[in-house]
Amino acid sequence: MPVADFEVVLGLEVHAQLLTRTKIFCGCSTAFGAEPNSQVCPICLGMPGVLPALNAQVVEWAVKTGLALGCAVQPVSVFSRKNYFYPDLPKGYQISQFELPICLGGGLTITVDGQEKLIRLTRIHMEEDAGKNLHELAADGGSGVDLNRAGVPLLEIVSEPDLRSADEAVEYLKALRAILLALGVNDGNLEEGSFRCDANVSVMRRGATEYGTRAEIKNMNSFRFLKQAVDFEVRRQVALVEAGEPVVQETRLYDPVRGETRSMRSKEEAHDYRYFPEPDLPPVRVDEALLARVRASLPELPRARAARYQQVLGLPAQDAGVLVGDGALADFFDAALAARGGGAEAARKVANWTIGELSRLMNETGLPPPAWKLTPAGLAEVLALLDAGTVSGAGAKALVEELFRAGGDPGALVKSRGLAQVSDQGAIEAAVDAVLAASPADLERHRSGKKDLTGFFVGQVMKALKGQGNPGVVNALLKKKLGGLPPGEGR
Amino acid sequence: MPLSIDEVRRVAALARLKLSPEEERLFAGQLSAILDHVRELESLDVSGVPPMTHALAEGEAVALRPDLPVPGLTPDEALANAPSRQGTCFKVPRIIE
Repeated sequence: MPVADFEVVLGLEVHAQLLTRTKIFCGCSTAFGAEPNSQVCPICLGMPGVLPALNAQVVEWAVKTGLALGCAVQPVSVFSRKNYFYPDLPKGYQISQFELPICLGGGLTITVDGQEKLIRLTRIHMEEDAGKNLHELAADGGSGVDLNRAGVPLLEIVSEPDLRSADEAVEYLKALRAILLALGVNDGNLEEGSFRCDANVSVMRRGATEYGTRAEIKNMNSFRFLKQAVDFEVRRQVALVEAGEPVVQETRLYDPVRGETRSMRSKEEAHDYRYFPEPDLPPVRVDEALLARVRASLPELPRARAARYQQVLGLPAQDAGVLVGDGALADFFDAALAARGGGAEAARKVANWTIGELSRLMNETGLPPPAWKLTPAGLAEVLALLDAGTVSGAGAKALVEELFRAGGDPGALVKSRGLAQVSDQGAIEAAVDAVLAASPADLERHRSGKKDLTGFFVGQVMKALKGQGNPGVVNALLKKKLGGLPPGEGR
Repeated sequence: MPLSIDEVRRVAALARLKLSPEEERLFAGQLSAILDHVRELESLDVSGVPPMTHALAEGEAVALRPDLPVPGLTPDEALANAPSRQGTCFKVPRIIE
């Protein structure tokens, strides 16, 4: 594969929507999902004669993000107008920052294949989002424009071209997302576009010193799509260079259905945004008092937290990584572990349930941990019931799911739902006998050594006991009745 | 220094204006006159003066807005001047991407 002869040079631009209650320059609500154009005012509609007023929370969170990422927070930064025409941009310009952004430099460390690597940041700046175009809304092919999103605050976080593979890009994006979640400034939702990323991709022959021409890729709303898009784009550019053809500097759209990037017909002849300082907004000043206050409010950041989970609690790196990938999930874990008490053994169990069953339910329902009906203390109680043998693993799982969806008291639910584990020898033996009697053919196959059907019988007995049989007792009894493993099992 | 016809066309394209050849010539002359007039400022020595884009004195700050929602317009009010609407959306000609 000739791709190996090339080095990939990648930089990411991330747009993160800030979780403020109001827009960046007016008091309109930022709540998601409202009726189109119900959260607008003369300012975000771009009516003549209005004046923007900067949201204090936006500045504070930009500073917080900058401090967390090791940036130099600028004492003075300036808003600029970026001029272009598009139906979702009512003023004909976007208020953004250009020459003097609020944060410069900084970086974040990623781990790929066990190697740590620092990815430097170029800058972080504040800007307003555009509205939303609803294509093919009208029968005559017209588009609808909803300006509820126009003026919602964004942070644009730009990396240096320090990334060298799609895997590094994915790790960088995950690490950045985890930090923003830990800071509580962004909801990290790629699918809904509140955390979105563009990639600048180029290739150069190994050993070359000059970067190749780059293409900007848009529309990658998942980690998987980012990887696929970058991998495709690298292959495309390498093929061009190998064929002696030029790579064109352009914007390309990733098509997840076809798994390829496509040139956006460049309607815009060479961008000329004619940036100039926004005359309606004074320079943004960040004084020592604000810096000190924000610095004091910084939470433990994901990498430090993951290190603590590994070193203090003995969690595997992988599990620690998953937990800190979502600060709210890690918070739940911390609280549940505190309620459960105990050392590394307890930590491992709480982590397994949090990463396994609870992550599954979280992904299925889309509910963040604070919205769960299951409390950390609730999980701790279920695990206590499990350790005491009151409920089986399957019973605990059912209990957790019920508590997650509907809430309630774990102890009371065990009784009302009949989830208590069956450890009674007599009851289990009766079930084992019934299962063996009901499947004479399978029993014969097993005994003759044709096939080891122990697992099958365990499953049947558990089914007969509605999943509540004590697995240790079931296994022991079955083993006795089946006469141990058949000789010369053929598989 | 007169503005070239090509420069006028480029600026017109950025502003989404369609100009006739006569207008291009007319505006080339008028825009050149405006630029020449403003260019007179270049005769001043401002090397010791920091750029001033705002009327605030050094160290002066403007209070920021607290993050508190205030009522805006209703969709009907927002759309009152729209040439065309569809539901509560502004309706625009088809956007080609």
